[in-house]
Amino acid sequence: MIRIEPAPWESRWPDRLAMLVLLIGAIAMVGPFVWMLSTSLKLPADQYTRTLIPPTLTFENYTRIFEIMSFQTLLWNSIKIALISTFGQLLTCSMAAFVFAIVKFPGRHALFVLLLVTLMVPQQITAIPQFIMFKWLGLYGTQAPLYLPSFLGGAFGVFLMRQYFLTIPIELAEAARIDGASLMQIYWKIYLPLAKPALAAFAIFAFLFSWNDLFTALIYLPSDLDKTTLPVGLALFQVQFAGTWTIMMAAVLVSVAPIMVAFFIAQKHFIEGVALSGLK
Amino acid sequence: MNFGLRPLGREKLWVLLLLGPTLLGLAVGAFGSIFATLGLSFFKWDLLTTPEWVGFANYAGLADDRMFLRSLSNTIIFSLLYVPLTIVCAMAVALLLNRRIHGVSLFRTLYFLPVISSPTAVGLLWTWIFAQDQGVLNAMLGNLGIPPVRWLGPNMALYSVVVVNVWGAIGEGMIVFLAGLQAIPREQYEAAHLDGANALQRLIYVTLPAMAPSLFFQSVLSTIHAFQAFDYIYILTRVGNGNSSVPTLVFSIYRNGFRFFRMGDATAQAIVLTAIIFLFTLVYFRIQKRWEVPA
Repeated sequence: MIRIEPAPWESRWPDRLAMLVLLIGAIAMVGPFVWMLSTSLKLPADQYTRTLIPPTLTFENYTRIFEIMSFQTLLWNSIKIALISTFGQLLTCSMAAFVFAIVKFPGRHALFVLLLVTLMVPQQITAIPQFIMFKWLGLYGTQAPLYLPSFLGGAFGVFLMRQYFLTIPIELAEAARIDGASLMQIYWKIYLPLAKPALAAFAIFAFLFSWNDLFTALIYLPSDLDKTTLPVGLALFQVQFAGTWTIMMAAVLVSVAPIMVAFFIAQKHFIEGVALSGLK
Repeated sequence: MNFGLRPLGREKLWVLLLLGPTLLGLAVGAFGSIFATLGLSFFKWDLLTTPEWVGFANYAGLADDRMFLRSLSNTIIFSLLYVPLTIVCAMAVALLLNRRIHGVSLFRTLYFLPVISSPTAVGLLWTWIFAQDQGVLNAMLGNLGIPPVRWLGPNMALYSVVVVNVWGAIGEGMIVFLAGLQAIPREQYEAAHLDGANALQRLIYVTLPAMAPSLFFQSVLSTIHAFQAFDYIYILTRVGNGNSSVPTLVFSIYRNGFRFFRMGDATAQAIVLTAIIFLFTLVYFRIQKRWEVPA
């Protein structure tokens, strides 16, 4: 973070006002999460008490979602699908990004523009033919439709990785070329290791995207707690535990906590990733 | 794009291999699907019987489809509120953070938390906050003497849903805008000050023109998001069998396609959705061009 030095012609009070507004905003951003934590630690009988500190502190809600609801199956399904999807995205997007960044070939620019145009194509337009195709392949009702498309690249990932590859001086590749390295060696041994920060940033996005995906799971997976993913599981909880907010908040907390922990650990990469994907 | 290495001999095969998955995705996943969707929109098909050619009947039928018209109007109202609110709030937070205050990175983290949290999970959390009798929001209003509001009832649901969606999107725009703001050279502000520009004039004549490209880009992204809004709305306004009390276009497509297996209607609506997104993007490009000419 760049520290901005005060200029002599600026007074200090706008900064104090800014601080106040930011604090109020921060409460609006974090308040709901604090309330979630508080509710999840209350006894179901205490759920309507409006104190932030639970009258009786309990972890009963957490044990219940794991013991009764087989929440661990939902977690495992989500983790498995998200990991496979992330791997697929990292591999195929970095491959294409490398070619777009450093290989000369006819039609490179046009192809790249065509790829970027697909950023505008809504998921709903591809969903129906994809559904028909997966049904025809006999994969309806399995988890494959949730991760297979990740192995076909994607405009966002290719764009993000290419942006990063372009910051690596091309002279490096040229020098390796003179030393007899092939394109594959330059990709695998020079560009991928150098792009670790970008790969980390993109991995987080790919994981997040899969982890949070409700729509695809709703379409392909049976609404069955054993087979589906976390978002659909939560939607099922909503019906099953209508009115029992303590249990629901425990379930909500368990589904956002892994991502939040990852976020606090790898914050720098997260933020860089968003900034990198912005227009430059 | 003239830089780069030329593939030698057999390396051309490797290049094709590296590009292969993306090319396949582009051909089958993206453009293939668009053409397939377009083609299907001229048929009546329930996935079981033989598809029946009906020409433009599916599109013509949309004009009388009350569910579709309602979801179209909801989607448009939602977007008209969501896009400007998200952009203005994200820009405001970025401007506030771009000052010499303490805890900038902590604030940045806190404002980013909703962006990374699963919309389904956070949607559930908001149904608890919005709950009519026991929700914490009505309780807080009660302390001020305001009677309870049915936040997710028929009159308020659309606005409540906009608020939650904006809440979930501010952080993303903020990061992009903050990166842009920090790239503006300090000298430009000093020069503007020497020319006698006040704070508001510096914002209008220095900051905003420099931020125009990222403002434009975020507006396009926001619009695309708005037209596809689904997760929060699904959880916040669910009324059974995959419907919503505030259905948007995505609901209409989802129900027709995956609940009733009316593939013709669903694809026709998907085409309309895409056409609207392209239209809006085109308008943004026009505006951006006009904005850039005098500069």
